[in-house]
Amino acid sequence: MEKNSIVSINDISKEEILELLKTATYFEEHPNHKILDGKVIATLFFEPSTRTRLSFETAVNRLGGRIIGFSDPSVSSTSKGETLKDTIIMVSNYVDLIIMRHYLEGAARYASEVTDTPVINAGDGAHQHPSQTMLDLYSIYKTQGSLDNLTVTMVGDLKYGRTVHSLLMALSHFKVKFQFVACEELRMPEEFRTFCDKNGIEYTEHTDFSADVINNSDILYMTRVQRERFTDLMEYERVKDLYNLHNAMLADSKPNLKILHPLPRVNEISQDVDDNPKAYYFQQAQNGLYARQAMICKVLGIKVNN
Amino acid sequence: MSTDKKELAVAALKNGTVIDHIPTDALFKAVDLLGITHLEKSITIGYNLQSNRLGKKGIIKVADTFFPDEILNRIAIIAPSAVINTIKDFEVIKKEAVSIPDEVIDLVVCNNPKCITRNEPMKSRFDVIDKENVTLKCRYCEHEVSGESIVLK
Repeated sequence: MEKNSIVSINDISKEEILELLKTATYFEEHPNHKILDGKVIATLFFEPSTRTRLSFETAVNRLGGRIIGFSDPSVSSTSKGETLKDTIIMVSNYVDLIIMRHYLEGAARYASEVTDTPVINAGDGAHQHPSQTMLDLYSIYKTQGSLDNLTVTMVGDLKYGRTVHSLLMALSHFKVKFQFVACEELRMPEEFRTFCDKNGIEYTEHTDFSADVINNSDILYMTRVQRERFTDLMEYERVKDLYNLHNAMLADSKPNLKILHPLPRVNEISQDVDDNPKAYYFQQAQNGLYARQAMICKVLGIKVNN
Repeated sequence: MSTDKKELAVAALKNGTVIDHIPTDALFKAVDLLGITHLEKSITIGYNLQSNRLGKKGIIKVADTFFPDEILNRIAIIAPSAVINTIKDFEVIKKEAVSIPDEVIDLVVCNNPKCITRNEPMKSRFDVIDKENVTLKCRYCEHEVSGESIVLK
């Protein structure tokens, strides 16, 4: 039942990742391609997420599909107490694919078990958000030409940031060295450090966001340090500006360096970085469109000419 | 053997099942898991008995009842040290350790309050990722539970 769904990035093999990246490249060259003609796709957003929804819906529209669904669960039967299972089975009667976002962790896995209709997880609580990871991978692949022999530096909230965890797992298929930059309280969790040790993945940990660290990097993956993550607010005040990136810090960085951020950013990347050609976070968001087009085709079993 | 005498001191069993070497703090959970509270057979539950291996242990004896492995192996989740004795005519005809299953369905509560299994009328499902330390991973939210944090449904 789950065969054609994409629930977690960990369900996707290295070969499938590479295939998706090739398809995304194709869609970047041919964004309007009416291969979903006659298909109806549901976008069920049990939790609002405008950015993700617009990206998925644009992907469907550019492929010529039609969309039904809701962007606010208060207008759906969920607000009347309907179970997720019933909503999913009911919607499955109408559509060829369900793209869903939910505030509960594991919701997409469960949905994929109760229906034969493919499901794409567009985020389930703090758990998984595979299309974010695919667009991160595509951004790295596109700007570096490969996912091998790279140094990827992750900065900020490495404890709670699900995007960094998923990206780490996805990049573990490739030859990547990691640098983890975070304060003690937001350090990369032991589970992931053990995973790296077991799988022979090289990494170094830093509490200093130093010139050395930046100048070694091919990718700087910035994340937001959020106040509500701290048990000790004094600690938050102490570290909140330590992991901010300013343009001057990029003076001696590698020419191929690109700066990524899952967005929205607050002040962890200063505005003066935006005009630097190494700033890539806005294009990164745009790449989400092609990555999502590729994922939609994969779950529907549609091959494109690439 | 002296242990035989101790067991006999609790209750001699002609036919049935003796579940021995249960850590005392898991004893009543084990009683729940076996679902024996509705049985009409005679049941002996021993609590805080002397044990060389565990210091103190619990024991459950159920007369004239033989449980399928599937039910017995549930006990492994909370008492991996437990040993199952099958008794016929006062003789132990089979003695074996419980074995931890690969997956645990609808038996344990996920302790992540934001997990879908806590919010939908559905079965919980865990994969056993470490049999030695009894670590379970929720198939839905992927949170892990082990030892003390394992809460039965």
